[in-house]
Amino acid sequence: MMTALLELEHLSKSFGGVHAVQDVSYRIEAGAVHAVIGPNGAGKTTLFNLISGVYTPSRGHIRLRGEEVGGLPPNRLAERGLNRTFQNLQICMNLTALENVMVGAHLQLDRRFLPVLLRLPAIGRSDRRARERAAELMSFVGCGAYLAAEAAAMPYGALKRLEIARALAAEPQILFLDEPAAGLNATETAELEAVIRRIAERGITVVLVEHDMKLVMNLAEHILVLDYGRKLAEGSPAEVRANPDVIAAYLGAA
Amino acid sequence: MKLLDSRYGGLLLLAAGLLLLPWLAGNAYLLDVANRIAINAIIAVGLNLLIGYAGQISLGHAGFLGLGAYASAILCGSYDWPAWLALLSAAAGVALLAFLVARPILRLKGHYLAMATLGLGMIVSLVLSNESALTGGPDGMAVPGLVLFGWEPQGERAWYWIFATLLLLAIWLAQNLIDSPLGRALRAVHGSEVAARVAGVDTTACKVQVFVISAVFAAIAGSLSAHYTGFVTPGQASFLHSVELVTMVVIGGMASTYGAVLGAALMTLLPQLLSGLEDYEMLVFGLILMVSMIVLPQGLLPGLRGWLQTRRAA
Repeated sequence: MMTALLELEHLSKSFGGVHAVQDVSYRIEAGAVHAVIGPNGAGKTTLFNLISGVYTPSRGHIRLRGEEVGGLPPNRLAERGLNRTFQNLQICMNLTALENVMVGAHLQLDRRFLPVLLRLPAIGRSDRRARERAAELMSFVGCGAYLAAEAAAMPYGALKRLEIARALAAEPQILFLDEPAAGLNATETAELEAVIRRIAERGITVVLVEHDMKLVMNLAEHILVLDYGRKLAEGSPAEVRANPDVIAAYLGAA
Repeated sequence: MKLLDSRYGGLLLLAAGLLLLPWLAGNAYLLDVANRIAINAIIAVGLNLLIGYAGQISLGHAGFLGLGAYASAILCGSYDWPAWLALLSAAAGVALLAFLVARPILRLKGHYLAMATLGLGMIVSLVLSNESALTGGPDGMAVPGLVLFGWEPQGERAWYWIFATLLLLAIWLAQNLIDSPLGRALRAVHGSEVAARVAGVDTTACKVQVFVISAVFAAIAGSLSAHYTGFVTPGQASFLHSVELVTMVVIGGMASTYGAVLGAALMTLLPQLLSGLEDYEMLVFGLILMVSMIVLPQGLLPGLRGWLQTRRAA
């Protein structure tokens, strides 16, 4: 079997007696849009936090291109091409919108200490390129109108897209979007859908946690369903929709 | 204001002001006040990197200042080291100490970080006042003059040029740092630490780095001020002095380099201006600080700038 881009094996996370994620195994192949769904409290965000290094797994393995990465801090994962956005926004409100995106490009920039302190020309050049690239990415996600804005002055919907631009600035191979459509209206959700499609077209593997089923069914080629921290089902949208366990979990039928 | 916003505009403006000052206020007393402002401003500019930009608190920076001052006093006074070597060794030693304590300390946040840095400052202050064989104890000790390769600055005016140059250098370095990927990472740590980490920023290394830089700024200022005043006392490393340094940053305006300079100027000048009030000096001093924080909570410089902008827009 070919090495998957990301592979979860018997992954578990407990907080005291609460088993937030239990024994989840899943393979993510490169170049597809994946979705993780499940009722509230199913462990979707915990799963994202495990994969992105915010939490350390209690048990099990996370492998990125075959390399064990479970327990590595987020910055080490960013170096390996994994990035994410957050359900509750994590925007730096003390920076401008553009600077937020430039922070995403941190690893690509010339940041040697002494040249920075003496402001050698190389630093300025690298920073100017980052600024141009950040502006491009803001246009790419549809935030072009906010190029000169302070992040704190931007509306919620634009901030959600700004976070995606910041994640893209890190040039990830795999991008996790935690409820990108939460709090967006129908028009904004449609715009978001188009943005995610364009990201996938760039060859970036996208994994989203999302409650908006229309968005999930439109975008995802492969879906993982969680319930009470366990894997309930996985498969194509059609398979998942037809799965009686999934219907039961969502509708509460016995 | 536009000039202040451009990269070197503020620096040029300040340099011009510093050049003119000795001609406008040339007597020894005023130059001495200017020198004290510059010393405090150098420390405040460094501390502002930590507090204002990276969003970490330190209630122990007077400890680093004290270590710099005493290292110069002891190495030059008791061991006859050349002043420049003592100064560089003090800076390197403080950098090493700051580096070693930063990793465990900066894992803490908020009140806990405040307590830990407070403890660090207190240890330094206690050691300085108790190791009397080395430090002269609570009475302090005399420091020989600064001799740099045969040249010795005599009088307030010569010192003024040293401190003015160093202040400009400190501001230049601080601004280079802020306006760089490292500075953005620092500010991102302040804005959202988890976002910074996900973006690839090694936030721990980032915080350690800025802690060390700010400690070195304080140590160098401490060394030079020891030579300048010719005397060191443990009071310089005291908790109260640490609080005073933090107040300079906060009152001038956090995350504003010139705000830190303004804060240092205000905190140095006010006690001088109020000294005529004698018993009421501290009362009025405290009141001024309280009122300015209530009226301009973002600090003097950002507050005034915002006020000017709204006035112009109106």
